[in-house]
Amino acid sequence: MTSQASPETLSPPITVVGPIAWLRQNLFSGWVNGLITVLIGAALLWLVLQVGQWAATEARWSVVTNNLRLFLIGQFPADQSWRVWLNLAIVSVLAGLSAGVYGQATRALAITLAACQLILAVLMIISPLGFLPALALSLNAAFVMGGFLVGLRGLIPRRPIAYAWLISLPISFLLLNGMGGTPLPSISTNTWGGLLLTVLIAVVGILLSFPLGVLLALGRRSQLPMVRILSTGYIEIIRGVPLVTILFMADIILPLFLPGEWRLDRVARAMGGVVLFSAAYVAENVRGGLQAIPSGQIEASQALGLSTTQMNLFIVLPQALRSVIPANVGLFISLLKDTTLVTIIGLMEVLGIGRAVLAQPESFGAYLEVYVFVAAVFFVLCYAMSQASYRLERALGVGTR
Amino acid sequence: MTDKDEIIIARDVHKWFGALHVLRGIDLTVKAGEVVVIFGASGSGKSTFIRTINRLEEHQRGEIIVDGIELTNDVRNIAAIRSEIGMVFQSFNLFPHLTALQNITLAPMRVRKYARNDADAVGMKLLERVGIPEQAHKYPAQLSGGQQQRVAIARALAMNPKIMLFDEPTSALDPEMISEVLDVMRGLADESGMTMICVTHEMGFARAVANRMVFFDHGVIVEEGPPQQIFEAPTQERTKQFLSQILH
Repeated sequence: MTSQASPETLSPPITVVGPIAWLRQNLFSGWVNGLITVLIGAALLWLVLQVGQWAATEARWSVVTNNLRLFLIGQFPADQSWRVWLNLAIVSVLAGLSAGVYGQATRALAITLAACQLILAVLMIISPLGFLPALALSLNAAFVMGGFLVGLRGLIPRRPIAYAWLISLPISFLLLNGMGGTPLPSISTNTWGGLLLTVLIAVVGILLSFPLGVLLALGRRSQLPMVRILSTGYIEIIRGVPLVTILFMADIILPLFLPGEWRLDRVARAMGGVVLFSAAYVAENVRGGLQAIPSGQIEASQALGLSTTQMNLFIVLPQALRSVIPANVGLFISLLKDTTLVTIIGLMEVLGIGRAVLAQPESFGAYLEVYVFVAAVFFVLCYAMSQASYRLERALGVGTR
Repeated sequence: MTDKDEIIIARDVHKWFGALHVLRGIDLTVKAGEVVVIFGASGSGKSTFIRTINRLEEHQRGEIIVDGIELTNDVRNIAAIRSEIGMVFQSFNLFPHLTALQNITLAPMRVRKYARNDADAVGMKLLERVGIPEQAHKYPAQLSGGQQQRVAIARALAMNPKIMLFDEPTSALDPEMISEVLDVMRGLADESGMTMICVTHEMGFARAVANRMVFFDHGVIVEEGPPQQIFEAPTQERTKQFLSQILH
């Protein structure tokens, strides 16, 4: 020890906080900045007032509410629409339970699901759909809350919920598609439409393109030349072709190659096209994540005697997939928006329904109302996905090693 | 044919990286329970050589026999040999998405098919042995370098190897953490009679623990012998030169 006195521990310098200080610091730090703040503020205020006035007084929102059933489920038979609401109820219970048990990412989705169903319930009351579906959707929102509270109590272990989600997929399909019998008569997918169709195509697209893309990414880095060439070829060809072209091919050309008795459903064909398209992009994202794994991780796995499959499953993929969550969610958001392209092959998703509604004489000229509604629907869905992604990243500690 | 005690036999091992001839005929035999320290300048091929022993690098000429099994391209041989050999790396190479305990139990559970409880028990015992049982549920990023390397040693030991390879285990550590890792390695050599090959420049460790020291230079073994002879009476000029550089 030298004779130097040990320095005191000092408290950090005081920084001014509070709204006034914030305003002065950020918006009015000089007369030029002050002027700009005032001008931009005035312009924003004017814009909000104009839009607000239009939305409150001039807009004919009845165009949306009168056609709410079309927007939600398309031509799905009205007397069978309970099957959609019941399906939503299953999803609501599971989403609520997941939000309680898993927390974080699923919570954003559960909140969105509950909020959207409540908003739709309000819209339904003033629409010809009437009271019963509104009650069903309100109940569903309550299911989300109830599931959440039950999940929070920790009474239900994690794994059964994951299994329940898996089981819910075929149940949903049976419920919507029907079994041909009396309780559940078959409903042609030609009648499926609106938000129902948008969400179905997006969900199937995401759920199936993700594993396919991961396999393609692994295939592209495989030691086996044939696997590598096929994977690379697939990825490059699909990425070189617009989605519209793939949808056309799936719709028109694919049936030509299939034997006559193979009548592949039109919605299934569209889903297939979206899955095949999206998988190539998932593969490239995942490949980026795979490349970022340090070689030491692979050497350590090999030195421990793990097989290649075990190494990929337990070491490489968990790290790689975690690091590509932001990129993949971005991809899935654009997938959701790209589902609007299925109108081209004659399917009526939300935007297609919007155009059909505009073609009715009684909604003549109500372009803004319809498109604002469609835009709002997409915004809510995409925003929920991006929020879920941020929370998932935080929960999994992306960016921290 | 071979002496039963000879657990690692390398004969005339050659290795090229592209046109670069990095191993130029290595002959080395290690007996069971022996502690061999390999030292030499960087780029002398010492790391490459120990990595050929568990096939992280492929040798292109000569033969390597580990515990009676010859290393060839036969995948079963490679798996069999790797399960006999534990390896500790310079940069730890812990799995960042797993806790310390999970890092240790992964291979026993997946390769040896241990039940989780058994694997956890083994893992905790090993963490106690390397002196950090309280860190079991932390992630590698939450541990100091010395702690990470001790977890890495425990991870390698969890497969019950007959041989441990150490590839510059203390080179990436801050000075105050080197001794905690060396103590664990010393304990391993003293108590369990483990066969160990260590690439290291920790000459104090080598003098205290090694049965034999091997000096690598430009892809060949220049000199080998017991520590006392290497330190006090090296026969080769290059060995003398190198030792004078690192011992100040």
